[in-house]
Amino acid sequence: MSYQWDFSGVWSRWDILLVGLVNTVKIAAISIVLGVIVGLALAFLKLSTKRHLSLPATAFIEFYRNTPPIIHFFWFYYALPVVVDISLDPFVAAVLALSTQSGAFYAEVFRGGIVSIEQGQWEGARALGMSHVQMMRRIILPQALTRMFAPFVERSFELIKTTALASTLAYADILYQAMLVNSETFRPLEVYTTIALMYVTLLVTASALSRVAEARLTAYR
Amino acid sequence: MTDAILRVTGLHKSFGDHHVLKGIDFSVAAAERVAIIGGSGSGKSTFLRCLNFMELPSLGTVALDGREIGRPAGGDGARYYPEAELCAVRERVGMVFQQFNLFPHMTVLDNVMEGLVTVKGMKRAAARERAAAELEKVGLGAKFDAYPGRLSGGQQQRVAIARALAMEPEILLFDEPTSSLDPELVGEVLRVIRQLADEGRTMLLVTHELGFAYHFATKVIFLADGVFHEVGTPDEVLKQPRQERTRAFLARYTEFGF
Repeated sequence: MSYQWDFSGVWSRWDILLVGLVNTVKIAAISIVLGVIVGLALAFLKLSTKRHLSLPATAFIEFYRNTPPIIHFFWFYYALPVVVDISLDPFVAAVLALSTQSGAFYAEVFRGGIVSIEQGQWEGARALGMSHVQMMRRIILPQALTRMFAPFVERSFELIKTTALASTLAYADILYQAMLVNSETFRPLEVYTTIALMYVTLLVTASALSRVAEARLTAYR
Repeated sequence: MTDAILRVTGLHKSFGDHHVLKGIDFSVAAAERVAIIGGSGSGKSTFLRCLNFMELPSLGTVALDGREIGRPAGGDGARYYPEAELCAVRERVGMVFQQFNLFPHMTVLDNVMEGLVTVKGMKRAAARERAAAELEKVGLGAKFDAYPGRLSGGQQQRVAIARALAMEPEILLFDEPTSSLDPELVGEVLRVIRQLADEGRTMLLVTHELGFAYHFATKVIFLADGVFHEVGTPDEVLKQPRQERTRAFLARYTEFGF
């Protein structure tokens, strides 16, 4: 290996990569929040005993779980405008793709957490005269939350990594900006190694934050 | 019996094809203490659980103060039970479970306060005062800040009793409250229940502790195959049972006596 590493081209364009990092964090954060809302809605629909509520939710979840993520990006960006005559900008299309697909996975995480709570907890709450909503809010969800936490974090990390697919819609995330830098420097090894390390830093930071949060959630054990 | 607080008429309960309760008529008046005994699978827990609608009756009615709960739905005797109505019943008819069912994510004090604050809408300070008083009463004044997981089974069950008492129910249901306890912990729970009996509370107890049932109850019911097989005073049912089936059941308890 006589390759001469040269990061100078990358360093001098750090501002381009920083824009990408900010955009990646932005799209991931928004998609996680929206994905949680979609996931909660789907989880409660799927838990419903009414089949006209649970069946569509199950279908939605299974569709997303069994298709490659990139198809959702293409569908919202290229296919949806054919149907509804509005074209979404890359950011909106990518957020829709990410939050619906993560919502489908979050739904299973949330549902699993809720059904894992022992029958006795539901009965203990109901025997006090709690309504369904009070029981969920005070007894079931607080306990389910601690059990959901680890799989929730894992899914969120998947989502953060999947944001790289937004680059295929020309959204200026880390990967897209890296391709710009690469086209100017012709230094793919340095460029893609750099952004790989940026992802690692991002996820390790997120992982540390999640451990702090988890320790607080499970303090009662 | 016009002074019945709670009256059950023609109660049936099925789980799928399994017909558990086969037509039960029953009423309980203020300050009555009813012990329900019977073999496993006889339907005694199911019967108790129908009284606060942990299980919804398949047929028949449950009436509180003469007012039937729920309303007829369809023409086949089935009833529709709105959630708000069931919540109101459960506030008045408390329950203590075999497995305690304390909330593990809350301290002992918060467990007892929970119903007061969330269901009754009481201010936290007032709820804390009442919860503390109930816990003192069951002998757990020193455990306010402990989490349930740190307590013995007997202590947990006493917290569960305090939690039910705090709601000031008119009727208390005990579903085998000592069946999951180590033998040496049974006594502390039974003593608390006896103390409640001395206060003149209205209580129903499903139990395998026949000795306790004898001293505790004003009325004993032997349930078998989903019907009341024999009903009477403790002396009548436990000492001089008239039914062969009751005698056979009681004999199993004395088989290995010494």
